[in-house]
Amino acid sequence: MIFILALFGFALWSVVPLDRNVLGREGLRLGLDLAGGSYLVYQADVSGIEPGTEDEIMDGVKGVIERRINALGVTEPVVEIQKQEGEYNIVIQLPGIADIEKAKEMVGLFALLEFREQDEEGNWIPATGTVNGEELTLSSRYFKENTSVRISQTGEPFLIFEWDETGAQLSKQITTRLLGKYMAIYLGNEPLRGEDGRIIAPEVKGVIEDKGQIENLSLTDAQELRRLLNAGRIDVPLGRWVDGEFEPSVPLYERTVDATLGQDSIGKSIMAAVIGIVLLLVFMILYYRLPGLVACLSLGIYGVVLLAIFKLVPVTLTLPGVAGFILSLGMAVDANVLIFERMKEELREGRSLGAAVEAGFNRAWTAIRDSNITTFIACIVLFWLGGTLGAFMVRGFAVTLFIGVALSMFTAIVITRTFLRLIIGSQVVTNLAAYGVKK
Amino acid sequence: MIDFVGKKQWFFLISGILIVAGIISLAVFGLKPGPDFAGGTSMTLQFSPPVEQSQLREKMAELGYDKATIQNAGEGNFIIHIVEITSGEASELAGQIGAELDSQVKISDYYLASPTVGAETARNAGIAVIIAAVAMLFYIVWAFRRMPSPFRWGTCAVIALIHDVFIIVGIFSILGWLAGVEIDALFITGLLAVVGYSINNTVVIFDRIRENVSRHISPDFAVTVNSSIVETLGRSLNTSLTTLFVILALFLFGGATIHYFVLVLLLGVIIGTYSSVCISSQLLVVWERREWRALLPFAKRTT
Repeated sequence: MIFILALFGFALWSVVPLDRNVLGREGLRLGLDLAGGSYLVYQADVSGIEPGTEDEIMDGVKGVIERRINALGVTEPVVEIQKQEGEYNIVIQLPGIADIEKAKEMVGLFALLEFREQDEEGNWIPATGTVNGEELTLSSRYFKENTSVRISQTGEPFLIFEWDETGAQLSKQITTRLLGKYMAIYLGNEPLRGEDGRIIAPEVKGVIEDKGQIENLSLTDAQELRRLLNAGRIDVPLGRWVDGEFEPSVPLYERTVDATLGQDSIGKSIMAAVIGIVLLLVFMILYYRLPGLVACLSLGIYGVVLLAIFKLVPVTLTLPGVAGFILSLGMAVDANVLIFERMKEELREGRSLGAAVEAGFNRAWTAIRDSNITTFIACIVLFWLGGTLGAFMVRGFAVTLFIGVALSMFTAIVITRTFLRLIIGSQVVTNLAAYGVKK
Repeated sequence: MIDFVGKKQWFFLISGILIVAGIISLAVFGLKPGPDFAGGTSMTLQFSPPVEQSQLREKMAELGYDKATIQNAGEGNFIIHIVEITSGEASELAGQIGAELDSQVKISDYYLASPTVGAETARNAGIAVIIAAVAMLFYIVWAFRRMPSPFRWGTCAVIALIHDVFIIVGIFSILGWLAGVEIDALFITGLLAVVGYSINNTVVIFDRIRENVSRHISPDFAVTVNSSIVETLGRSLNTSLTTLFVILALFLFGGATIHYFVLVLLLGVIIGTYSSVCISSQLLVVWERREWRALLPFAKRTT
């Protein structure tokens, strides 16, 4: 009993401080469908990287994306790498970004920047060099992530950058060959342009090995280029596969939910939950009398503890997750019903109250255990399915239902039982009618 | 005592009709795949003031989207599913429709799925349902391992499960034809949850049969099964009722986004309870007595 009170107290304590802002940032963590925001899934083209190093490199990609998104001030972004059958998906959740074009732009920046030179006809072609017998294009992949903007003594802004080892070798070959000529920087098939709309194409004024600088930029351009170069150090193009062709920068899934729709959904779910729970409680008390009332009390504890778990884990609540929560409330009653029905049977057979309670719990236990395991199986399969779909809503449902059902077994077995033992032990209510049994 | 086992032919007949109707509907209308399965853009358009569905359909057709699936989500909200368009094109389209229908339009939910993902999603959903069914079969075989022929118990439970799935899928096929209701990842989610729930009910009854068999309450297996069903009837109905209360509340007041997801749960609880009480245990009896003729409608009663 003390344990239950302590648990209840702790749960209440962890839930209640947030009643000022139950569903806000301090409270339960809300999924995009409730809070509003954008959701993007990209496939990674790992064909260009060395086999065996994919995991490590994708981790790097994740880190880079997280840093960039954080730098842009998104609250609680989620970036996940999902691997299956040798393919990598990157899942990005951006709460509060309701403008998906902005969200995609942010991700699009992570594409590789490529250096190009002009051929005889004046077309821009990739600037390549040979390292260890391999022909490589000079790109933002080889930048160290410390490119910075400086202002010269005459007030001219310029950009300082450093190459890594491979980059230094490439750069030396290319800048030697292109001395006095121009190089452009391409993002996909588009050259980077300055704020005046002209292509940014610095002249190669000297052979650059490990360190160099870019001059003749406006301050805005220099800052933008610094950001792009630092962000562009990503080794894997993101996009999607369509019929064996890779489309860079096009997401596999994208979704944007307006924040007001989320608010509306929250309001409606709460109303539905209240109505459903009131009906359920009234039914339990009318049908099972005193034990029904006890079940309602333990359901109350169940609800608070469940919310506390959601908050402390934390579990991200999605709309189907809320449905799973409400469903689990309905199912939490099940264990109680099993026990009470059993108790009634025992009472009808003429056992004493105490014996009936104990027998009710003991006999109902196998049914409770065996029946809930099938729901666990369904939840586990759903969790896997949700992962393969990159569908956060499916996972949300599976997680809340699983936790809910597990906790419901605990509340029925431990909490309801303790309450009933207390009531019977205190001999306050001995009239069998209170237990729903006619004499 | 209500004779649930004796009326088994009737139950089999009713289920048979429902399943056949579902299969016919599936064959004729098929299922309407949502963006999760077919790819494309799906968006919720919020009109104020509200417009008629027929007006919206007309305008969409005029703008070249005559194959659009349009679902009325209530309160001036429509969920439309069309070929893949970018969010920029979507805003443009919404603006155009709004201007022509003289109503303010907001895209409250924009969702795009690459056309390539559909086949894989469908495959994974199929795998998920099969894994779940097999895992539950093994689990029940294990749980009833001390009974003679535990495999029989598992099979009967899984047949009841497949029965539920067929009826629900059949109903959604009809809904797809009548109201443009589409099948998405959440539909599969609901289906799996329901499968877990239905088996849950079945297991409770089986558990009681197991107990009554070991207590030797009757030499006749059919009588044992029937009293097990009747003894657990209060529990079966009450549990389903309490679950139904909350689901019904969600269905009526929970909003458009999960409306059809909740409908799957609602149907699943009703059908799952029916199949637990009226189908799965009766199958056990039929199997025990090898009365296969009882499965056929209008067969002569042999008891």
